[in-house]
Amino acid sequence: MMADSGPEEIAVIGNTDLTSAELENNIKNTMVEIEKWTSLLRKMEISVGEAEKRTGKNSVNMQEIYTVYLIETRPVDAVTEGLIPAPDSLWRRYSEFELLRNYLLVTYPFVVVAPLPEKRAEIVWHKLSADNMDPDFVERRRVGLENFLLRLASHPVLCNDKIFYIFLTEEKGWKEMVYETGFQAKADSRLKAMNAAFRVKNPDKRFTELKHYSDELQTVVSQLLRVQARVADRLYGVYKVHGNYGRVFSEWSAIEKEMGDGLQSAGHHMDAYAASVDDILEEEEHYADQLKEYLFYTEALRAVCRKHELTQFELEMAAQDLTSKKQQKEELVTGTVRTFSLKGMTSKLFGQETAEQREAKLQVLEQQIEEGEEAVKEKNTESNEFVKTAWVDIERFKDQKDRDLKEALISYAIMQISRCKKGIQVWTNAKECFNKM
Amino acid sequence: MSRTIDDVVSPTQTNTIPADISGQMLDLDEDDDFEVFSKDSTLADGSMFNASMQTSPGSMVNQCKFEEDEDGDSKDIFITVDNPESHVTAIETFITYRVLTKTTRSEFDNSEYEVRRRYQDFHWLKGKLEEAHSTLIVHPLPEKFVVKGMVERFNGDFIETRRKALHKFLNRIADHPILSCSEDFKVFLSAQAWELTTYKKQGPGFLSRMGETVRAVANSVRGVKNRPEEFTAIQEYVEDFSNKISSLDKVTQRIVKEQKEYLEELKEYGPTYTLWSGSEEELAEQLKGVAGCIERCCQETEEQVGHLSDTLVPVLHEYVLCAETLKAVLRRRDNIQAEFEAKNEALATKKVDRDALKVEIDKLEDRVEWANNALKGDWVRWQRSMRGDLKSAFLSTAEKNVDYYEKCLAVWETFLLSQRTEPSEETDRDNTS
Repeated sequence: MMADSGPEEIAVIGNTDLTSAELENNIKNTMVEIEKWTSLLRKMEISVGEAEKRTGKNSVNMQEIYTVYLIETRPVDAVTEGLIPAPDSLWRRYSEFELLRNYLLVTYPFVVVAPLPEKRAEIVWHKLSADNMDPDFVERRRVGLENFLLRLASHPVLCNDKIFYIFLTEEKGWKEMVYETGFQAKADSRLKAMNAAFRVKNPDKRFTELKHYSDELQTVVSQLLRVQARVADRLYGVYKVHGNYGRVFSEWSAIEKEMGDGLQSAGHHMDAYAASVDDILEEEEHYADQLKEYLFYTEALRAVCRKHELTQFELEMAAQDLTSKKQQKEELVTGTVRTFSLKGMTSKLFGQETAEQREAKLQVLEQQIEEGEEAVKEKNTESNEFVKTAWVDIERFKDQKDRDLKEALISYAIMQISRCKKGIQVWTNAKECFNKM
Repeated sequence: MSRTIDDVVSPTQTNTIPADISGQMLDLDEDDDFEVFSKDSTLADGSMFNASMQTSPGSMVNQCKFEEDEDGDSKDIFITVDNPESHVTAIETFITYRVLTKTTRSEFDNSEYEVRRRYQDFHWLKGKLEEAHSTLIVHPLPEKFVVKGMVERFNGDFIETRRKALHKFLNRIADHPILSCSEDFKVFLSAQAWELTTYKKQGPGFLSRMGETVRAVANSVRGVKNRPEEFTAIQEYVEDFSNKISSLDKVTQRIVKEQKEYLEELKEYGPTYTLWSGSEEELAEQLKGVAGCIERCCQETEEQVGHLSDTLVPVLHEYVLCAETLKAVLRRRDNIQAEFEAKNEALATKKVDRDALKVEIDKLEDRVEWANNALKGDWVRWQRSMRGDLKSAFLSTAEKNVDYYEKCLAVWETFLLSQRTEPSEETDRDNTS
């Protein structure tokens, strides 16, 4: 299955010195290729089935309870041939998902890697507890983890990764394999670089804009989710209080003759109305989860921008270094020092040098310049490569985001329509009961 | 049966009962009463209707007629309460309301009256009616003071709510076959401000009112011994009804509160989509669309809450007050019976002037029968009003809620429609790439 699909190395797209038209054409071609790869991946069905609790000893040898998730995989062609074989399955806990993601972040820095669902429930809704063990939370996380895996599996680059494949197929020894790649060292230096403060002179404007966009997106979506949670909370209150009508109508109907029946049945509808809010909130939660995924995506976007800044910075440093070496050579050759104009200082700094000494220094510098030029060329290539591959993935991400969020908004409207229809039904029924009073 | 109830209760009441007409009434056959004292305007000769008639025991027997008089066709007094105005004097500030009356009743000199009345005047009227008809059910007045919250007496909503309640109060009296014949009612509707002041000053003296109060207290302490079963049943019902209606009042107010809080949050929700749309290109239109939908739903929600506050809340509140009124009426009935029972017992034990006492006891017995009949009749009437009022209030609420959801549905469906037409552009783009 996966073994016969694409190569294991990272696909390199495009080359340097392209015109913008050629670049655009390349991107179009890439889109087609991406779809081809995606369809290759459709050879495998992936799902995160159940969740179970396990106990074990943690790193400091203390007892802990944690949840594991069942990952099931099955070749698609087996199903289409009319046979439905049992899926292969293994158990993974959340920390292993985290490890997988960190590995991918480090190995493919130009990819906007899909985020994991929340570790802990950040925005607590009315009926949800913040407890990680709460069944509703665990269920939502399960869905989130499945979504995460499907995102990876449909990514043109990530789907080919060996570590990812083994994560899905071999339970034992996977962790060791990840560490054997030596990614930890890269992860540490990456973390250091992320947190370092440096100034880039000429960043690609698109990345600067992207960084701003991801900051804005984070702010606005966070705010939206906060207010949505409050709105849902209040809505819950409104619906639930109507349940009291049910109770009182029922009691009241007992002492009335003509009005009794009407009141009693109206009361039932009020109870139904109050109960209907539970489903409504579940749908609102699902919508919030869709938005949350993109909220968490902003972090991945920022990471890619940061990586660009880093490579650009390294390029600039290499170029600066080269320039200064060249300058030194020039000064040595011409005997002039641009920085100082006083002849007295010059002779003090340079002293009475012999010709041989000067010659030796010159040779060293020329060597360094040669190396420097190589370094700059390398860095330049690296930087350009990064910009190109990253930008392809960013375009892919933008399209995905626009599609997904458009759908999310449409399903939100459908949700509201459904709620209104339920409301109409309940109150029409109640009205008929009141008519009988 | 030589004196009417008014004579017993308030001996010094002036300009009410011409003695000769009382005598006339008492000579009539019970069957004749049936037609003469009915509210049916086609049968009644207007001149027979004057203030004294309401107090005749005979008319009280006429229970069945209570049930027929509720259609609007027989209505002959139309009252409007509107136009609140603020008055400032050196000592106080108060509101007066315009009371406009149109009537075809002959005991009114004119067919139209326009006067201004303040809350105090309504309160006075209620007191007089309850005094004269202690076991009839007088529709409650809005409360004198609003205890909860710092609601200003001169706040617009408060005044409007009060105006509506006062309007209902007067119209309920106008619809009542006996209460509408009250002289006090007539004066209230027709007299000019200074005339009313003068009129108010008349009436039973302070001492006689005190006497009545003392007697009532004494009787209530004594308690009634042989309360007829039906009144016990009514009392039990009133207890339960009072509890239920108070609960409904509280639940409804809670719903209003929750709905208002929901609205507050909703008002902040739409703008978050608008804010987001500023950062997006492809999605901007949709986000703005969603923001627009939420805003329109806010407007509908505001209207719905308003309707609840204007329609259901006041009615439930009125009936909470009604329950208290009913309890008071039942108490007063009990007191009347208790007084009779006390005197009756005294007959057996005390060494007093037995003849004089016997006379008094007969009067009290009549009074009891009269009170019971009055209450029984009015009870049926009240139940019908109650059913009608509450049914209509709940119906109106349900209708408004259906309307609310229908409007919100339309808002979201319009949005959805606008979205569904766009995807066709998307699929074309995908196909060509």
